[in-house]
Amino acid sequence: MLTQALFRALDRKAIWLIGILVALAVLVPAANLLIPPGQFGHVPNYAVTLFGKYLSYAMLALALDLVWGYCGILSLGHGAFFALGGYAMGMYLMRQIGNRGVYANAQLPDFMVFLNWKELPWYWQGFDNFAFAMLMVMLVPGILAFVFGFLAFRSRVTGVYLSIITQAMTYALLLAFFRNDMGFGGNNGLTDFKDILGQPIAAPTTRASLFAATAIALALSVLVCSTIVRSKLGKVMVAVRDAESRTRFLGYRVEYVKLFAFVVSAVMAGIAGALYVPQVGIINPGEFDPANSIEVVIWTAVGGRGTIVGPIIGAILVNMGKSYFTGALPELWLFALGALFVGVTLFLPKGIVGLLGQYRSLTTRREQHQPQTPGPMQLEAGLDPQPKAAE
Amino acid sequence: MSMIEGSLIGERSGSSTASLGSRLNRQWNWRSLAARLTLLLALLVSFSSPGFAQAPDKQLSALVDALYPGDYGDRQAAIAALVATGDPRAVPVLQVLGEGDLYAVEATGKVAFVERSGSNYALTDPVTGAALGEVARSDTEKVRVNNSLRRTIRTAIGQMTLLSDNPGTRLSAAQSILRDADPANLDLLDTALASEADSKIRTTMELARAVILLKSDDVSFEDQQQAAATVAASGSRDAITILTSALASAPDDLKPAIQSSLDGLQRDRAAWAALQNVWFGVSLGSVLLLAAIGLAITFGVMGVINMAHGEMVMLGAYTTFAVQEVIRQNAPALFDYSLAIALPLAFLLTALIGIAIERGVIRWLYGRALETLLATWGLSLILQQTVRSIFGPTNRQVGNPSWMSGSVDFYGLSLTWSRVWIVVFAIVVFVALLVVLNRTALGLQMRAVTQNRRMASAMGIRTPFVDAMTFGLGSGIAGLAGVALSQIDNVSPNLGQGYIIDSFMVVVFGGVGNLWGTLVGAMTLGIANKFLEPYAGAVLGKILILVLIILFIQRRPRGLFALKGRSVEA
Repeated sequence: MLTQALFRALDRKAIWLIGILVALAVLVPAANLLIPPGQFGHVPNYAVTLFGKYLSYAMLALALDLVWGYCGILSLGHGAFFALGGYAMGMYLMRQIGNRGVYANAQLPDFMVFLNWKELPWYWQGFDNFAFAMLMVMLVPGILAFVFGFLAFRSRVTGVYLSIITQAMTYALLLAFFRNDMGFGGNNGLTDFKDILGQPIAAPTTRASLFAATAIALALSVLVCSTIVRSKLGKVMVAVRDAESRTRFLGYRVEYVKLFAFVVSAVMAGIAGALYVPQVGIINPGEFDPANSIEVVIWTAVGGRGTIVGPIIGAILVNMGKSYFTGALPELWLFALGALFVGVTLFLPKGIVGLLGQYRSLTTRREQHQPQTPGPMQLEAGLDPQPKAAE
Repeated sequence: MSMIEGSLIGERSGSSTASLGSRLNRQWNWRSLAARLTLLLALLVSFSSPGFAQAPDKQLSALVDALYPGDYGDRQAAIAALVATGDPRAVPVLQVLGEGDLYAVEATGKVAFVERSGSNYALTDPVTGAALGEVARSDTEKVRVNNSLRRTIRTAIGQMTLLSDNPGTRLSAAQSILRDADPANLDLLDTALASEADSKIRTTMELARAVILLKSDDVSFEDQQQAAATVAASGSRDAITILTSALASAPDDLKPAIQSSLDGLQRDRAAWAALQNVWFGVSLGSVLLLAAIGLAITFGVMGVINMAHGEMVMLGAYTTFAVQEVIRQNAPALFDYSLAIALPLAFLLTALIGIAIERGVIRWLYGRALETLLATWGLSLILQQTVRSIFGPTNRQVGNPSWMSGSVDFYGLSLTWSRVWIVVFAIVVFVALLVVLNRTALGLQMRAVTQNRRMASAMGIRTPFVDAMTFGLGSGIAGLAGVALSQIDNVSPNLGQGYIIDSFMVVVFGGVGNLWGTLVGAMTLGIANKFLEPYAGAVLGKILILVLIILFIQRRPRGLFALKGRSVEA
């Protein structure tokens, strides 16, 4: 059963994608560490971290694509799951600082000493253990998504209403994490990390390993997502996206299908956040900003939702653009981003991947002079990703 | 203008202090030529002083120093001379003198405020407040006073303050007497009350008199009862503290009366506090209503969430700013009308932009609500950045017209005018919209499209036109909201973002297709927010509201006032 599912999942495109990611996981760290600087083929340290960050963004975009592109749930709060995973990781990293903080307190992080706290709050217990922290990275976003999704989907909150309350969720978390008495560092968040798993966090080897870990995690996410969308459950998800009421009348429990997709997606986003934090070295409440979550949506849309490879391409391209613009022409970045939102929704509803698919089916049609029946590849790229109209 | 006013006041106070001085002089014996000369000098000073009863430092210092030499009679004359200046700086000197804490340096005859510093005194100039160094305690002498002098001083202080011609001085004097509640001031207070015309000062004086009566032992039971009633009737914030302290020292037969007025006061206070919260809530609610109502219309009619709605509000605020800038440079006299000018301009500007957005972008996305959300978000980023490029990223100063600044006292509730006007404005906008929706052809068409787009289209309604007009109307109202919000919020490119999520909450909570839903939603959220704030704090209160709305949506997925019928479900 499992092998069968895996075999189905590994269609040609997914194999290529996973192969590329695994190759990146090996080659980029090797090029960074083994080839000396200045020589051809060397990947500079900053680029390793930068692309590691992009890959964690790509994972977040893929997670969103699973619920939006395949299940029709436009979540404007996925940044919250990302940030929660990031905070879980950040808490582990804070505990690793030990007595090397400014106040040299072995038990308490600096900001707690500063706030005059006497002992570690209960919810910080256990975070000095890496395995426990990693469990929380997945559990906390997962449980939040489960509770939130269970309530929302059961009472059939759909379409724009659902988008708005997911936005409200991340906004409420933003406000909550800004509070100092929450015990998560308030405005400044968690930063000034020293070690991860005993390795100094800023060392090139650690950076390279983190990059490799992110690439592998992304490859695994691709595997999981394509397994899900190729399974029968995946077909039902698409059915929910395209005609929710009809699917319900056919006897499927729509709310459970949605809940499954939502929770899996939230866990994936949490892991992405956990990989993001050690590479950028900080997590603060700004990550909960609703604007960030909406930006994730545009990554997915640019690449092409309802495809596996699209969100990854979209996230990397848009973020490369962002890095370039905010460095070279900072005042133009918001214009570019805004134009991207408008342009993609108006002219590229299927994203870059959809455009390529269109182009290819056009050329093949011309060659064969006969209508193409959608094969498995076209099924992935060419399925009409429009969610049902929400009147 | 201010110069003329200043000199008028100066003349008035000069003549009055002079007559006061001469009245005092007639009662007292003149013992010393020096004192007489000083007084003459003082009178000359008070006549010739150009400003408001402020003698030059040197002359005032000379008068203060004149307090030291001679006997009690000379001191009487010196006090009179000091009073004659009418200089407010003389009051603390007299107070310190009355308390017997004024000292003079024996060698120089310099009179000064002192503070113990070891075996020395640290001296301060009573007039300028400058430090004068330290002197051994044995080298100083106290400026002595007797009972007759103390009385004189008290009267003098009272006359300089409580009977002053300046209402502000009188009020603060009455307030300070109220604070100290010294029974010795009772006679003075009675005198002042007899001639006081200003009702506000009178109330303070009467309150002070009542408090003093409550404190004194040798007052009749009826008087004290009446005093307790006066204090209770004042209803001021301090009344509870005054009565509580009076309760402890009151004779037993008075206690029930005080206790009952105290209970009444506390009940009143709780009621007022609740009312105050309601007012704050209504005020916040009308801000939310203004920001959300345009959103509700577009969402109701078109099923479109306009993420750029907040930016329309921001554009309205910037229109106000631009109008005020033009007025400031060209016609400052029109400043009070700037909002009236800005309102139609803001409405037109944002309505036109709204129609352009609808024609240019949204019309291609009908039936794809989620995509519309993304496209309008993109537009909001572009609008924000445009404004940032034109007006800069910092807050711009939008002034309040004179009729909007200040506050009005409403039975102890302090209502700022800007808030009052915004509530009024929100009501006007709401009523106007009701009229448009229920009494005009466009409104009829809009309601028809809201209820069943395809049927409306089949009946010959040009739905694209209705859509464009609806979007224009919704955006225009956001622009109006922006003009109002510019009066109470920072006008910056991020103005809209602060309101967008709250507006969504209002719409989602109230439901669409019905303006009353938006009204109820806005007011409920506003008031609930303000009632949660005292218990949970502002941020936690807001979080609680968000969580409550998320939970509420589970119960009623389409808001309080949901449309019913088959057109609703896809």
